[in-house]
Amino acid sequence: MDANRIQALANQRRADALTMIRRANTGHTGGAMSSLDILSVLYYDVLHIRPEEPGWPDRDRFLLSKGHSVEGYLALLADRGFFPKEELRTFSQAGSRLIGHPNNATPGVEVCTGALGHGLPVGVGMALAAKRLGRRYRTFVLMGDGEQAEGSVWEAAMAAANFGLDNLYAIIDRNGLQISGPTESVMALENFRAKWEAFGWQVHEADGHDVGALLHYFHTVAAGDRPHCLIAHTVKGKGLPFAENRPEWHHKVPTAEQCAQGCAALGVEEVDWA
Amino acid sequence: MSTEAVRTAFTRTLLALARQNPALFAVATDSRGSVTLTDFAQELPNQFVECGIAEQDAIGLSAGLANAGLRPFVCGPACFYSLRSAEQVKVDVAYSHMNVKIIGVSGGVSYGALGSTHHATQDIALMRAVPGLEIFLPADGPQMEALTKYLAVSGEPAYVRMGRGAVPAVYGGEVPFIPGRANRLREGPHAAVIACGEMVYPSLLAADALAAEGVRVSVYDMHTLRPLDEEAILAAAETGLVVTVEEHDVHGGLGGAVAEVLGQRKPTRMRILGLPDEKLYTGTSAEVFARYGLTPEGIARAVREGR
Repeated sequence: MDANRIQALANQRRADALTMIRRANTGHTGGAMSSLDILSVLYYDVLHIRPEEPGWPDRDRFLLSKGHSVEGYLALLADRGFFPKEELRTFSQAGSRLIGHPNNATPGVEVCTGALGHGLPVGVGMALAAKRLGRRYRTFVLMGDGEQAEGSVWEAAMAAANFGLDNLYAIIDRNGLQISGPTESVMALENFRAKWEAFGWQVHEADGHDVGALLHYFHTVAAGDRPHCLIAHTVKGKGLPFAENRPEWHHKVPTAEQCAQGCAALGVEEVDWA
Repeated sequence: MSTEAVRTAFTRTLLALARQNPALFAVATDSRGSVTLTDFAQELPNQFVECGIAEQDAIGLSAGLANAGLRPFVCGPACFYSLRSAEQVKVDVAYSHMNVKIIGVSGGVSYGALGSTHHATQDIALMRAVPGLEIFLPADGPQMEALTKYLAVSGEPAYVRMGRGAVPAVYGGEVPFIPGRANRLREGPHAAVIACGEMVYPSLLAADALAAEGVRVSVYDMHTLRPLDEEAILAAAETGLVVTVEEHDVHGGLGGAVAEVLGQRKPTRMRILGLPDEKLYTGTSAEVFARYGLTPEGIARAVREGR
């Protein structure tokens, strides 16, 4: 799909996410915004999936390991037809399957995530299964940068290289902020690229909001015998002038005025479920 | 009397089944020797995954294998799988309902003088508090063989805990094994002993010793902790005294499970035999059992005192 079209769709999903969070009065605004361009490139272009057949054995696997960025993810799954868009109105309502972290009672969600550091080990299993079964599907895992302090990430990083999983893609939403402040002051990650390289991964960096660059990466990244790591440099709260790069927007809820202001800045219509 | 370690009965059976079913996988954490999976790894390398000493990764990876339609048995010391990787068991396996079988070997105090770092005496309590996991404690090798055949075809996530050394066979010939259905191995009106895992055999010896004194007790093998056979527990309570026996902390395990049923449905006098809520005495498992009365004599004594 054309990059401009994907960018426009990503901003519409930002509007969906804002309304979901405001109506539920809970959510993770900052991370949802920083992840949405990456997620949109995957869901509108890269992933081989069949929304009408979520269990298709040869589907590409995607895991939202930073499960708190769930709002944009659910909006994308709905827009791709995994479940009716109407259902987004139930987000975080009593009894809904659309809750504050991915829940695999939802069509299109592979496993429950949200406890950080879980996605990559599961992704290693999925990618290893493809190798052992001779299947061609690829596995993509989106992680947060604060999440990188979890030891299980590095157990899995070691295993992926050990098994030569060139069908596995770890994407890190490197927005530089976590709930307590900058990652570099909470638990320093740098030299981050060197860490992944030292663990045996093929590492690339890109602007995580440059849809064209992301498309280029996923379409041209060379195969090989190593797993792939994309460090996607992003802005927490991307697109919302009042939220960009402000740690308190990790899970702050926008007001109606802020939703309107945000949608105006994004150049999209506000989502009105009144 | 035949004896066999439960773990070798497991690996022998799993290898035989896996030869016929390429979806059956064994996953290890530098534990192929302690689990006795070396033959499996050599003969079926495409169905074997070595994770190194990384239990969290091994459980998550197994959930990923299961997502692709494989049937992984992730095998290693019970102490590490029940605690080190507890969150992966909860989230990746149970909450996500991935068909992973978690095989904990060398459970209880079977590592003996290696000490509490290597003992698994909290695992039943922990797994009982995680919805969506079947829980099994096989009594001997023949029962483990029957259990393995069930696990190979079951679609439910499960935790299995077994010991380390050779144990006398409780069962011979045809092994009655229905998941969730306790086996009544002795019948008597004076008391009931409910045991699990490798405590079943000493419970039978205790029943025999008591019979010689004219005290006839029922003995139940509660091989499945979830789903729990509540009807068997209620039937045991008809005797007026229920003694539970387990190689586990006295909190939250078999005794706790039985007490939850009886306390709510049929209040009955009970004795809970297990490992006390304190830093444990160190020694071989036989020495630890002797210290805490997890022996035929100790079980018989609890019955006498409880009546």
